[in-house]
Amino acid sequence: MVVGVVNYGMGNLHSVLRKLKLVGANYKLIESADHFESVDKIILPGVGHFAQAMENLKIKEFIEPLHKFVITDKKPILGICLGMQLMTSYSEEGNSEGLGWIEGEVKHFNVSNNLRYKVPHMGWNKVQISKSSKLFENIKTESEFYFVHSYYFKSDHLDNNLNITNYESDFVSAFEKDNIYGVQYHPEKSFEAGTQLFKNFIAL
Amino acid sequence: MFRPRVIPVLLLNGSTLVKSIKFKDYNYIGDPINAVKIFNDLKADELVFLDINATKENRTIPLSFVSQLSEETNMPFAVGGGIKTLEDIQKIISAGAEKVIINSAAIDNPDFIKQATEHFGTSTIVVCIDVKKKLFKGEKVFGRAGQKSSDYSPVEFAKLMEQNGAGELIIQSIERDGTMEGYDFELVESISKSVSIPVVALGGAGNREHFQKAYQEGYASALGAGSMFVYQGKKRGVLVNYPKREELSQIFFN
Repeated sequence: MVVGVVNYGMGNLHSVLRKLKLVGANYKLIESADHFESVDKIILPGVGHFAQAMENLKIKEFIEPLHKFVITDKKPILGICLGMQLMTSYSEEGNSEGLGWIEGEVKHFNVSNNLRYKVPHMGWNKVQISKSSKLFENIKTESEFYFVHSYYFKSDHLDNNLNITNYESDFVSAFEKDNIYGVQYHPEKSFEAGTQLFKNFIAL
Repeated sequence: MFRPRVIPVLLLNGSTLVKSIKFKDYNYIGDPINAVKIFNDLKADELVFLDINATKENRTIPLSFVSQLSEETNMPFAVGGGIKTLEDIQKIISAGAEKVIINSAAIDNPDFIKQATEHFGTSTIVVCIDVKKKLFKGEKVFGRAGQKSSDYSPVEFAKLMEQNGAGELIIQSIERDGTMEGYDFELVESISKSVSIPVVALGGAGNREHFQKAYQEGYASALGAGSMFVYQGKKRGVLVNYPKREELSQIFFN
């Protein structure tokens, strides 16, 4: 079993690779479109601007092989942070369409108490497990994960939502739809809970 | 309730860790990677590394050191020291840092922050604002490890940095550095109230009450400390330490 980590020039992949090494996974970087065929699972990481990320995926010619991997072949994929957001229909960040696998929109945080709730939402926050999933086996509800983001995912399709986190109001911090998993936080930087999440994804 | 972060801020002099008092009187602390290993065990929220001689020596914090940090560090970390081009940032992020901290280059060329955030995203770019009182002129922002003053007032500069896209501000009192007598709470509050991005208080933390006060009264989003996490006792014996993870919430919400 080989996990592919998509390299499309959005943020550093270092900590994701380090965590994969730690849990003993076989992994390789996906640097070109033909690499998708040689992996069994994919992690789509990412930090930065949504529209820029979609542009990079287009330039690298990754969109078609991603669709094939996820929609046609139904193989497991885990989106992290911006990678999660890219899986959705649309983002306000750069007014851009996403990959469209998960219905819902990515919106900018609109806080009313901006003394207490600064944006980006940066730091350790609790994750409530609102629906059981293999991705959360042996992870306690209310575990702390590390977040860095200014935009959040908003969906009316509650069925897909796995995690809820509160930052003045509740938002969706993880979703699951069939073989598609997305987490807003950074499990690769979240101590044991993050390590367990990686193990669970590998074991799917 | 979302809890603020508690961040050890570690100073590098060459390849060793040091701790200053008021940006002077550097005391040898030890090996930085040893400290990282201890902070890993103690599960610190985040780490900050600042190379205090980089700007002066016209270089950045060494990439080999950043790579080494990224191999060893379990938590998110930010590094600063001499960063003044997009290429510098690219190299440091590729070496594995989550965030870069910019001080002198932000004062010399505020537009650099704009370019950097457009290129690397808001959350990657942190601006460190060092502040000291100037005779008859009030508080000013200083660059070059506290050696060179600017005409900017702290609030004016903080707003400019937010406008240029910075994702976070570290607000450091030069006069409180290493004193362990408490943050400049008024300064922290004045910045927190002027911007809507996270503000890290730095300079003067000596105990948990200081953390609590900077959060509750200064609205800091994160509490940085140096001396408190590398010293123990009145005689300041070197001992790397950090609150237990389950105690972190209690510091702020009791």
